[in-house]
Amino acid sequence: MTRDKIYASPNQVTPGHPLVFNDKRCNGCNRCVEVCLMDVFIPNPKKGRPPIMVYPDECWYDGCCVMECPRPGAITMNHPLMQRVRFKRKATGEHFHI
Amino acid sequence: MELRWPYAVQYEKEADYNADVLVLGGGVAGCFAAISAARKGASVVLLEKGATVRSGSGGSGCDHWVHTPNPLSQISAEDLVQYELASNGGYCNGLSRYIAARESYDTLLELEKMGAKIRDTKDEFKGADFRDEQSKFLFAYDYQKKIHFRVWGTTFKPALYRECLKLKVKIFDRTMVTGLLTVGGKQGRRVVGATGLGTRSGQFLIVKAKATINCLSRHQRNFIFSTELRGLATFRAPNNTGDGHAAAWRAGAAFTMMEKTSPRPFVSPYSFPPYGTGNPYNTWFPCTMVDAKGKEIPWVDRDGRVLKKFSQRTRPVRGQSFLGERGGIYPYAQPHLIPDLEKRIGKGEYALPLYADLTSLPPLERKVIWGMMVGEEGKTRVPIQQTYEASGFDPAKDLLQSYQYLRGDLMRETSLPQERSSGEIGDAGGLVVDWDLQTTLPGLFAAGDALFAANYYYHAATTGRYAGRMAAAYARRASAPVISKRQVKEQKQWTYGPVRSKEGLSWKELNAGICRVLQNYCSEPKNEELMHIGSIWLKDLEEQETRRVGADNPHKLVRTLEVFNILTCSQMIIAASLARKASSSPLFFHRLDYPDLDPPNWHKWITIQQIEGAVKVAELPIDFWGPLAENYETHSRLEDPQ
Repeated sequence: MTRDKIYASPNQVTPGHPLVFNDKRCNGCNRCVEVCLMDVFIPNPKKGRPPIMVYPDECWYDGCCVMECPRPGAITMNHPLMQRVRFKRKATGEHFHI
Repeated sequence: MELRWPYAVQYEKEADYNADVLVLGGGVAGCFAAISAARKGASVVLLEKGATVRSGSGGSGCDHWVHTPNPLSQISAEDLVQYELASNGGYCNGLSRYIAARESYDTLLELEKMGAKIRDTKDEFKGADFRDEQSKFLFAYDYQKKIHFRVWGTTFKPALYRECLKLKVKIFDRTMVTGLLTVGGKQGRRVVGATGLGTRSGQFLIVKAKATINCLSRHQRNFIFSTELRGLATFRAPNNTGDGHAAAWRAGAAFTMMEKTSPRPFVSPYSFPPYGTGNPYNTWFPCTMVDAKGKEIPWVDRDGRVLKKFSQRTRPVRGQSFLGERGGIYPYAQPHLIPDLEKRIGKGEYALPLYADLTSLPPLERKVIWGMMVGEEGKTRVPIQQTYEASGFDPAKDLLQSYQYLRGDLMRETSLPQERSSGEIGDAGGLVVDWDLQTTLPGLFAAGDALFAANYYYHAATTGRYAGRMAAAYARRASAPVISKRQVKEQKQWTYGPVRSKEGLSWKELNAGICRVLQNYCSEPKNEELMHIGSIWLKDLEEQETRRVGADNPHKLVRTLEVFNILTCSQMIIAASLARKASSSPLFFHRLDYPDLDPPNWHKWITIQQIEGAVKVAELPIDFWGPLAENYETHSRLEDPQ
């Protein structure tokens, strides 16, 4: 793996990465910033850009940011890997996971 | 990455407001309290730490409106309270449960008038066994006695919020309650308002009020704390940190049942998301379960008789009054899977893993579990329903895996004995109240989770609505509130201490440290000496460590003050645990030095409060509320008929 610059960056504060913003769908209206009960976001200093999740470790995964988002698809919840559940198709016996 | 704080910061700057009724917390109870007080003509101020439109533990939704006598149920309020008392060995809030049972149906109808959805108006479930065709109500658990409603709870909080605005409730979102104001600034005196902190601005709010209603949820994160794992490891909203409990404790109000902490927390750090695994309980009741080879696990009634038909799972047996919400004790026991399932798995009769088989349910039963209940219940619309469907999960085709008997039980994962639940679920410790839902401090009322032994959504809504009326009536009679400048100054000092701290202890470390103290000294085993050491340890944390916690922006200041409140609530837990010198099974309370379970002379409420800074222990009879109907009706009548 080659990179132009290597940084001494701190570890992520949580193994989870609760949300993914779609830059193309999000218009930076900050509705999610306004409804989040834990106040985990701050508005992006650049207008029209997705907010910044400053405190992902405080996310409760209640999904209100997605429920209140006026542009469906702009925010997706990212289910933590260690909490993904498995399911099986009854007719074929194939195994899948969330 | 360093980002500038995007909001103007005004630490220490005061803003003063006045209200007839001040509501602390804008969750379900708080919104209802504000609405009912405003409808009685009171001017209302509401302080909410998040954003009222979706805040509180019920902000994202609710699937059940339980324990609600209604014209279709033929169950009385007395029947329900009897069930609730019996299910909890008598340690239940008979008073608030009775109020809730009397007014829950009216409260639900009122919510509908505000725009919330409580009926199957689109006829999606026409002809379903659980639907009343005339009213279009859907019922859960017991389709015959019809006391538990299935509701579209994602619509509730926005409807309540709109109603608050319509009634001109002055809402301060992003405001944490930091303390109560009392006459002369003294413990045990009338409450005349509260102070708050802007969670983004750092501004200091002072609200003078004739009456104040504590609708703040209770303590969590006393035994378990992990930010490494999902959602700060809490069942209720992680910002429910007992702010109201701590403020009322500092003001001298009496609490009870704080010694009750339960093993097997609903959400341990290792858990899966609630309602997100295959199971036959609660939201998923009564889903068919199959083993790894597709063999169906039989259901039995409370007497162990195998139920052949699906419809038998949702009806009481002959002679049974009704099915309780949580399975519970024999008289109200729900049908369930064979009780010796684990043994039969061991013998090879059933193969692991088990699965929830929605595919084999009658189509409307499947649709109501997946799509309505999973979808309308809090924290399910997006994290469960949408996420799972986006991964390809199809309830008509797929079996969802259960983790039961793998490393957990029921819907939850296993946990260590010392990882206990403090105020997360069910009946937890809280404020002692009278029939006006007034606490032991004049002018301070309580509703929802602030009450001792509170229950869920329906109970929060109904007690909020009732407390709002009572507080408005009190405010009409009360003299103008006069606050103590000294007390305001003291509260400001407490609030902004972490801003001034030059040391770098994080709020997270303090929280983790508190948990370790309770795990080691107030879990199991426990005795007088262990808990004594625990109380010294907490005092050390309070005196030596809290001043070391620093906060470099208002957000972290709020998180820090929350942990200070968790510390206070932890001290209350130990004080109450020291005061109960007997073990008790319904309270999950086991002392090595008093091992006898539930001796009759200890079948009573132990109350704790602070008087001049010292803990005072007292007691109340287990049924201190007296005759239910008589007291309810007397107090409802006393309310001014304006």
